[in-house]
Amino acid sequence: MSRNNFGYFFREGLGSIFSHGFMSFASVCVIVACLIIMGSFTLLVLNVNNMIEEWESENQVVAFVDEALTDEEARALEARIESIDNVSNAVFVSRDDAFAKYLSGFDEEENDLFSDLEPTVLRHRYMVYLDDIEFMADTQTRLVEIDGIAKVNAHLEISEGFVAISRVVGVVSLTIILILLVVSMFIMANTIKLTTFDRREEIAIMKLVGATNGFIRWPFVFEGLLLGLFGSLVAFLIQWGIYEFVVVQIDKSATMQLIEAMSFATIALPLLGIFVATGFIVGIGGSLTVIRKYLKV
Amino acid sequence: MVRMTNVCKAYENGTKALKGITATIDDGEFVFLVGPSGSGKSTIIKLLTGEIAPTVGSIHVNGFDMESIKPSQMPYLRRTIGVVFQDFRLIANKTVYENVAFAMRVIGASNREIKRRVPYVLELVGLDTRTRRKPEELSGGEQQRVAIARALVNNPKLIIADEPTGNLDPARSLEIMMLLERINKLGTTVLVVTHERELVNRFSKRVIAIDGGRVISDGMDGYYNYES
Repeated sequence: MSRNNFGYFFREGLGSIFSHGFMSFASVCVIVACLIIMGSFTLLVLNVNNMIEEWESENQVVAFVDEALTDEEARALEARIESIDNVSNAVFVSRDDAFAKYLSGFDEEENDLFSDLEPTVLRHRYMVYLDDIEFMADTQTRLVEIDGIAKVNAHLEISEGFVAISRVVGVVSLTIILILLVVSMFIMANTIKLTTFDRREEIAIMKLVGATNGFIRWPFVFEGLLLGLFGSLVAFLIQWGIYEFVVVQIDKSATMQLIEAMSFATIALPLLGIFVATGFIVGIGGSLTVIRKYLKV
Repeated sequence: MVRMTNVCKAYENGTKALKGITATIDDGEFVFLVGPSGSGKSTIIKLLTGEIAPTVGSIHVNGFDMESIKPSQMPYLRRTIGVVFQDFRLIANKTVYENVAFAMRVIGASNREIKRRVPYVLELVGLDTRTRRKPEELSGGEQQRVAIARALVNNPKLIIADEPTGNLDPARSLEIMMLLERINKLGTTVLVVTHERELVNRFSKRVIAIDGGRVISDGMDGYYNYES
């Protein structure tokens, strides 16, 4: 495509948007509606995944140190624990700290009941944080194998529950997003089909005077691209507004205090990227799919 | 040059539009193709512009063999032909200038070439004062002149005019025909498809008459006397 033609195609594409104003408006509305539905679902999935990740990070394994080991020997186990593949980090908790923490769970009167107890009734321990709780059982086995570790407490049922939820959410969300993408393209293609039907005579004239298929396609590609870009930007702004509104409502709600929504700023850029890319794919893909039919002359 | 040898065309619905047409049109000729409705005139135009392919027979147009032409070559064949239709087929939202320039843009002409050539062609067809008008602001005769300018602007070897005066009054029809004759005198081959006997008989040109998909007369006497 020469620079001369690039300018021409761009002007034609842009001009066509205005000269077919109603159809352009309809196309943008379709893109905006589809992207908002898809975007809302994506944001929901991102937040669910984020919450699951946070719960995962709080679900640590406790490795108890053998009483026979001295304090120094117990602390020396940290490097060996952290050398295990799936271990993110291990935090040593002395028996004194563990005892103090245990007591902190009771009020002063109740603490008197434990006044005769020494911290030595408890063991030194490590709070072991994992990279991936899916491999919790395997990591538990590896921890037990370390000399000096007497016992390992891991909530395997809870970790398996998180993994299952995470997988279901992932598969369902991907399926729904793909379905919505296909539906968007279908609706967009039909909207552009109406636009193109309106212009089949123009295409026939172009063919008649010797235009190549490529030459005929380019203005439609630019038109689709511009409509897709404009639609995606409008959708992004509306999505932003909707998200902020929902977050404020959640914060205000007494029953949804446990839900901590992600800040829009942290997801704005990837979301904008997804919107623009989808807008381009839907806009250009829709144009090309439809125009192919009219080029067979 | 156009050469059709024993051309037959049967459509998918079984209609046999052409039944062995053989004719040659040399470079620089002005030819009327006449015949009643349904005689096969439109089918011949579609065959010459590559819209459809013959069922049997061979067609050569401006050096392109229509039997073996590839789809990718079709635009280049069409650039050697200018086509004028009864219903003008102008783009409604473009001005006179843009409609003509559009045909040049399509073949990749530069802005400089377009600015040089389009005013010349519009002057040739007598529309140099109407360049900024939209088709709907023009009379039928003027619209047909725009269509002729568009067909002419890429300097084609052959101009095919399909019932170019069908929507015009007798005075405008004569003007259009005289314009085509003038273009022919500048060296372009002109094939006019019509069924207007009086108009044909005013020009002393070659007349090929067809009926029922066959050539029934081909004479240089310039007289269309076939009873339709």
